[in-house]
Amino acid sequence: MSKKTEETVFRVLMITATISIIAVLSLIIISVAVKAFPALSWDMISKTPKGGFYFGKEGGILNAITGSFYVATGATLFAFIIGAPVAFLINLHYIKQKAIINIIRFFLDIMWGVPSIVYGAFGFSIMIYFGLKTSLLAGIITVTLFIIPIMVRAMDEVLKEIPHNLLEASYSLGSTHSETALKIMFRQCVPGILTAILLSFGRAIGDAASVLFTCGFTDYIPHSLNDQVATLPLAIFFQLGSPVPEVQARAYASAFILTCIILIISLSARLLSKKYEKHKINF
Amino acid sequence: MNEVSKIEVKDFSLSFGKTEVLKNINIKIPEKKITVILGPSGCGKTTLLKSFNRLIDLYPNVKTTGNIAISGEDILNTHKDITEIRRRMGLLSQRPYPLPMSIYNNIAYALRISGRKNKKIMDKRVEYYLTQANLWEEVKGRLKDPAVKLSIGQQQRLCLARGLSVDPEIILADEPTSALDPISSQAIEEEFIKLKQRYTIVMVTHILRQARRMADYVVLMYLGEVIEHGNAQEVFNNPQHEWTKSYIRGAFN
Repeated sequence: MSKKTEETVFRVLMITATISIIAVLSLIIISVAVKAFPALSWDMISKTPKGGFYFGKEGGILNAITGSFYVATGATLFAFIIGAPVAFLINLHYIKQKAIINIIRFFLDIMWGVPSIVYGAFGFSIMIYFGLKTSLLAGIITVTLFIIPIMVRAMDEVLKEIPHNLLEASYSLGSTHSETALKIMFRQCVPGILTAILLSFGRAIGDAASVLFTCGFTDYIPHSLNDQVATLPLAIFFQLGSPVPEVQARAYASAFILTCIILIISLSARLLSKKYEKHKINF
Repeated sequence: MNEVSKIEVKDFSLSFGKTEVLKNINIKIPEKKITVILGPSGCGKTTLLKSFNRLIDLYPNVKTTGNIAISGEDILNTHKDITEIRRRMGLLSQRPYPLPMSIYNNIAYALRISGRKNKKIMDKRVEYYLTQANLWEEVKGRLKDPAVKLSIGQQQRLCLARGLSVDPEIILADEPTSALDPISSQAIEEEFIKLKQRYTIVMVTHILRQARRMADYVVLMYLGEVIEHGNAQEVFNNPQHEWTKSYIRGAFN
């Protein structure tokens, strides 16, 4: 095969692959939007389910929207509080043995790979052990466990890109480890850290299996951590299982709303990170 | 040698894991002079420089023996606060690495972390250090701009000003001109000659001509060992060691 044909084949392959991926993704979004359209209304996002909602009567999924926000926000917050120090620990030259750092990374990678239903089951067994009921709290704990590896590894990927020389510059000015972490590494990586948070939030809000046993489901907006809470993925799941066509359409509407939420969060994170990018040192 | 020595290295050896990088180093670095550590790449000169301000602590599996004294005080085997030790030296690296913040904050950073917060004094100090590094005139109108917006030569002078901002006794420079164009390099060299009146300067380089231009005192290194050291004039004009002779002739490079 001549060099030229080789180049052509390779280029065609790359372009076809890219186009087909974009096409499939667009198809998913369009088909969800089309099926969602008849059920989309202001009521869907502003009302909780009224009596007979699951038979096609009036109401909306405000319970699941707020519920999902509560669960995902709580879990992302906890995952960040617990995860950020871990990410900094493995990038601050505290640990002198490279092997230990590799073990921590390997362990996190395995945790990332564990399916969310396993976290759900684990969360459920913890709940039983402590005598917790299905609740917002149990949901947040389970989802936190599920997204911690994502949070840590995503932050780790950004932090380890920081050139060693920048850290040396910081230490040579007499910075302590914490000053280096919070004032230098954090600033250099704000865009990447925001992406890590967003990625975790996206996984948290979109996952069904980890909340299946732990959150319960309710038509009401929770008022305390001990209340049951509805989530969007489960709302989609339940409505899709209904034989009533109107309710099925509402499942698609819910899916569409979930997609829009993730889209809005992605966009705002992008805009936010742009704002903080101007000081970033490029290498 | 009748000068006062600022840094005194005694029987100092360093290894990364099983590889011995520095072997039994014994040198005295004179105060308020430019000392050039000269040698081919990979001879351990940067590692030696980073031992002075204990940046070697950041690397895994480092083992050291012997000692390094700054003004007579052992900095290697001590429980003294390491940030205090590092603040006695300003560092200039091969490429400029400004901190991810504004020009102003790059200089103010070291002052802030050492607890000085007065805005007026801070402004004065920032101006002072930027003037010292001969950068003030170029940046005084845009102190709020990100440091990355500066040219690479300006960034290096910013890093010099930042190094001075810790009010050090010693300036450590690791091939400070290797990423710069000839004009910026010259600017840095001229700065150093001015600064040696007030600071002890230790500069690592592999450029022989630069060493000749700058050095008052010279340390020649090869494969982790000090081959020869002494006053620059003497070493360059009348090298004792065979290796030094051929190095100065340009046989290695």
